[in-house]
Amino acid sequence: MSGVWIVAQHALQEALRRRVLLVVLVLTVVFGGLYAWGCHALFDDLSGFRDNDDGLDATALAGSTIVGLAMFGGLFLGVVLATFLTAGAVRGDAERGLLQPLVVRPLGRGQYLLGRFLAAATVAALYVLLVYFGAILITGAIGDWWPAHPFGSAFRLAFGAVLVAALSLLGSVFLGATANGILMLMAYGAGLLAGLLGAIGDAIPSPTLQHIASTASWVLPFEALYRDALRLLVQDVPGVTGAIVQLGPLGGSHDAGPLLIPWAIVYLALVLAAAGWAFARRDL
Amino acid sequence: MSPRALAIAGLRKRYGRHDALRGVDLVIGEGELVGLLGPNGAGKSTLTKIACGLVRPSGGEVAVARPFGYLAELFRFPGWCTADEVLVLHQRLTGSDGGARERGELLELVRLEGETTTRVEAMSKGMQQRLGLAQAMVGSPRLLLLDEPTSALDPGGRRTVRDLLEELRRRGVAVLLNTHLLSEVEQVCDRVVIIDKGLVVAAGTPAELEGGSGVEVELAGGVRRFEGGREDVPRIVAELVAAGEEVFGVRVTRSTLEDVYLDTVADAR
Ligand SMILES: Nc1ncnc2c1ncn2[C@@H]1O[C@H](COP(=O)(O)OP(=O)(O)O)[C@@H](O)[C@H]1O
Ligand SMILES: [Mg+2]
Repeated sequence: MSGVWIVAQHALQEALRRRVLLVVLVLTVVFGGLYAWGCHALFDDLSGFRDNDDGLDATALAGSTIVGLAMFGGLFLGVVLATFLTAGAVRGDAERGLLQPLVVRPLGRGQYLLGRFLAAATVAALYVLLVYFGAILITGAIGDWWPAHPFGSAFRLAFGAVLVAALSLLGSVFLGATANGILMLMAYGAGLLAGLLGAIGDAIPSPTLQHIASTASWVLPFEALYRDALRLLVQDVPGVTGAIVQLGPLGGSHDAGPLLIPWAIVYLALVLAAAGWAFARRDL
Repeated sequence: MSPRALAIAGLRKRYGRHDALRGVDLVIGEGELVGLLGPNGAGKSTLTKIACGLVRPSGGEVAVARPFGYLAELFRFPGWCTADEVLVLHQRLTGSDGGARERGELLELVRLEGETTTRVEAMSKGMQQRLGLAQAMVGSPRLLLLDEPTSALDPGGRRTVRDLLEELRRRGVAVLLNTHLLSEVEQVCDRVVIIDKGLVVAAGTPAELEGGSGVEVELAGGVRRFEGGREDVPRIVAELVAAGEEVFGVRVTRSTLEDVYLDTVADAR
């Protein structure tokens, strides 16, 4: 197992030394500043609303909407990070001649893959958590609105980013870095689209659209995890406000049921096993 | 049976419809230095990659001594790493406990002793290739698989590699050396294997391959060739004179490895 750790450390060191992480963090701080500004303006504008007695909880509406947006943004950036850290892990690095000196060492291919996965999954998950909790703290401090289940949502978002890291690693066995990176981001986009279709399907209601969305959520469970995280964000908001926020701004919340997390774990294991199996059979 | 650093038997490799190796046998004893020659596309790199596990054979047997070191024909180290960091990484991967002393010694062997903190991206291709050689020697391997280790080196660098090979011989490290430089092979290798189109076409010590020398005698009717060497010249001349020939000149010739190579490799000329 020590080989896994060496490879992971090497990958993290590369991200640090190439200033990938620095750029990401600086941009994130800028993002956080903009978010705080937006939050401030939003809750300021609400002060007029609050006195109206129309059954609408303006604070909950604003808070859950803007946190939902931050979840979307944070997960998207986490997915980009996970993809960029793994997109070239096998074929890309082999084409550049970086991989061969490493995998002929006793550590072997399985440990190499696991090490790359560990590094990317950790960075992407931590990043998603950083953005998510940052947004919650900013929202709470400015607008005094706090989500009911912050940790459940955080876990689902981070897990979503981890799944993308694993998928991208699998893709890297077959595709060069650029093609794989594009494929991953398109798959992520397709998942979001399917989620939006599902939200529309729930609203109309249309069984076909619902079917498309549920199929997509089994094939690409990171999307289902995201919608389940949204569900936890808004499920306790009562009344009309609750009905509104559940449709959400970017893919409605959706209850994927109790099998989602077990399936996501199995899915992760299957994707990693497939990557290991394919890599073991590849000529380098 | 003598201990073996590498034993390959009946090795075959098929890429799609193309047979890169068509049944190759090759044995390298402990501490033996073997040169693998052959034209581009002969299958040298494929053989080496199969030996170190990068490519899966389509058939045949491979047994390789561990630990071994490998330098690929086309390789790269991360540009952001320093020479020392590359070696540290490979020390960790091989489980070598040689520490800074081993790294310093290896960098000195490849004449990079002043470049410990130089980043790979700031190194010339030749320096990177020498760093690659140092990397291959991390962890005191019993066998080195070197795929054209001198392709990017200037004459000085090639000399360094030749000295390095001599040092490896002193240390009893077995070496498989893929190269195009016949003179290099002639000077340092214990044995030479020539492959062409995935088959071994000649094998032996350089002396065996170069074969006997010959004697060329210039007579009135033209040049005639005789078997034999320098010690045979007086007898040959005496017999020719006794037979009534006029002798205008005598030359002792040796066939070089280059001759052998050009004769055995189809389409080489
Ligand atoms: N990955 C590959 N896919 C298809 N053909 C290959 C591959 N690698 C090598 N070959 C073919 O196998 C033959 C042997 O290649 P190689 O071992 O690189 O030769 P050498 O190192 O002697 O120049 C060549 O004809 C080459 O085109
Ligand atoms: Mg080659």
